[in-house]
Amino acid sequence: MLGALSRNRPLLALLRGGNGGDKAASAALWAASKRFMSSDNTITVREALNSAIDEEMSADNKVFVMGEEVGEYQGAYKVTKGLLQKFGPDRVLDTPITEAGFTGLGVGAAMYGLKPIVEFMTFNFAMQAIDHLINSAAKTNYMSGGTINVPIVFRGPNGAAAGVAAQHSQCFAAWYGQVPGLKVLVPYDAEDARGLMKAAIRDPDPVVFLENELLYGESFPVSQEVLDPSFTLPIGKAKIMREGDDLTIVTFSKMVGYALKAADELAKEGISVEVVNLRSIRPLDRETINASVRKTSRLLTLEEGWPQHGVGAEICASVVEESFYYLDAPVERICGADVPMPYAANLERLAVPQVRLGSVGLYGSRVKKRCADACM
Amino acid sequence: MPEIDKALVLKIYQNMVTLQSMDSLFFEAQRQGRFSFYLTSFGEEAITIASAAALSDDDMVYAQYREPGVLMWRGFTLNEFANQCFSNDLDYGKGRQMPIHYGSAKLNYATVSSPIATQLPHAVGAAYAFKMDQKPLCSATYFGDGATSEGDFHGAMNFAAVLEAPVLFICRNNGYAISTPAHEQFKGDGVVCKGQAYGVRSFRVDGNDALAVYATVKAARKMAVEESRPILIEALTYRVGHHSTSDDSGKYRKGDEMHHWKTMRDPVVRLRRWLEGEGWWDSDADQQLRAETRNEVIAAMQRAGPRMKQPLANLFTDVYDTIPSHLRQQEKELRSTVARHRQDYPFDVPL
Repeated sequence: MLGALSRNRPLLALLRGGNGGDKAASAALWAASKRFMSSDNTITVREALNSAIDEEMSADNKVFVMGEEVGEYQGAYKVTKGLLQKFGPDRVLDTPITEAGFTGLGVGAAMYGLKPIVEFMTFNFAMQAIDHLINSAAKTNYMSGGTINVPIVFRGPNGAAAGVAAQHSQCFAAWYGQVPGLKVLVPYDAEDARGLMKAAIRDPDPVVFLENELLYGESFPVSQEVLDPSFTLPIGKAKIMREGDDLTIVTFSKMVGYALKAADELAKEGISVEVVNLRSIRPLDRETINASVRKTSRLLTLEEGWPQHGVGAEICASVVEESFYYLDAPVERICGADVPMPYAANLERLAVPQVRLGSVGLYGSRVKKRCADACM
Repeated sequence: MPEIDKALVLKIYQNMVTLQSMDSLFFEAQRQGRFSFYLTSFGEEAITIASAAALSDDDMVYAQYREPGVLMWRGFTLNEFANQCFSNDLDYGKGRQMPIHYGSAKLNYATVSSPIATQLPHAVGAAYAFKMDQKPLCSATYFGDGATSEGDFHGAMNFAAVLEAPVLFICRNNGYAISTPAHEQFKGDGVVCKGQAYGVRSFRVDGNDALAVYATVKAARKMAVEESRPILIEALTYRVGHHSTSDDSGKYRKGDEMHHWKTMRDPVVRLRRWLEGEGWWDSDADQQLRAETRNEVIAAMQRAGPRMKQPLANLFTDVYDTIPSHLRQQEKELRSTVARHRQDYPFDVPL
């Protein structure tokens, strides 16, 4: 925020200067400055996460950050930038390379009453600590008869990035989404990132916070309300990003952007698509999903992860169980290919959903074809 | 050797005898099918009781599963032990855990978690929290020789050293990890040398000498708390009993080995002889204590066994801090199913 204000001054001065200079130039300047002067701001997902963590750490001494490279290096993806300088090494811990070690330590600290935010450089590496996530964090409140809470947040990039191959590209939403005792959040834009991160830190249950590396740098306009330090989003509520009547696409994380683009394209062909941004895998907002499908009568789930036992499978089951008689067509899933993620760029592109795939038109045209078929 | 008064040593001895009594009778109860599982501390009574006596009651304990002695020292009653094993309506764990997976928030004993060595980094986390809060406390974590092979042992030790966290790592090297003898578990010189590799000050003590254990843990705790550093203690002992009721150790070790340790090296007998030497105990007092504790254990089982089990609602609570709507819905559905099939519903589970 402070950074944005200091950028304002030269522009404002120029505009107020108004010595009758070049109207076109002024207009261009005005247009450029509008984003700073209007009540709407634009921030990246990275800034959203950073500011959310910063504000929660300022508000509550018990919150601390831990992970590899989170401190001196400012974060492997710069999400924790500036936090070490602001809060000191007691509250921003650079850890040795042991996911099992620091995850276990975080869980122990949470059991005692602190509120750790544990960063995994990617959730692929969290597999080395997954016993602590499931057996030590998720199940503990239940197995201790409600006497031990674990108010911990596990966060980091999840799913496919670009050119990082199989061991850096897996989507873990379905795995963690299956576990009772965990909450699993999947922010898409900056508003999601801020609101859900703050809610996650304040939540007494263990939260798995699945970010996306390619979204960190994307900018989104946010309202003043979102920038307020008290802003949170409720956990377990999906958001209708775009209303429509012909087809419901239920999706999360980066695929929300793809679904919105696909919806734009399909609108040109007269197909009206409703896009549901899940925001939360567990709890899953079955009410919103089913209400949408009952309106449109057609369901498409979209995810980057593998098809078998994926997030889409659960959504389809929920809709078939609860809204069967509202469906005009079978439910459809679009998922990543059932292969470990290849490295080569051309193969990688084919292994995940695309809005359009040019002449190959594989997945893009499948969306269009299925919508077209379904709408007949 | 720190000052120890008569009352303290007698209390240590009485707790060791009570633990032996509880173990014998509960083991038999499992064999009779009264509960599903049990695990004894035979041969290791000194380690848990004497070490607990040297800690502060506010120190957080993260146990493996063979340390009910620590809970017993801190005041967990025979009723409370029995309630957990019988998984009845008074069980603090609300029926979610196997027997011997005790826990007590008020006695600062974290609920036992089955996976081996996962409690070690938890203990480091708690110690880090004490340090941040500047409390003059430590965390103490117990584990066996086998646990030192787990990755979590490595991560916890390294972290504790790097963070300078006040943790006591208390290893019960009892010679076996189920059927794996220590010489097949590691090729180094036991556990004490592992600590040194991490820069953790390490001690080896005769785990069957209650007074030595007490003295060592007392000194170690002082170092941990005052110097804010981890300490590793390897207490050498022997697992006289089977690993658990799921084990028959006669299959992998010789009877005379077990017999030797049981008769010649028993920590309870050793302390008893020392007490008798001091003139603080005699065989009449011993007989009386054993008879009393036996009756108390039996009475606790007789109270706990017939009690009702946990109510149906506790199937669904504590998954999260507040019960989510889908679980409320499932409970409703379950109750309506039960109402339709009342005759099939167990009599001892309150609705």
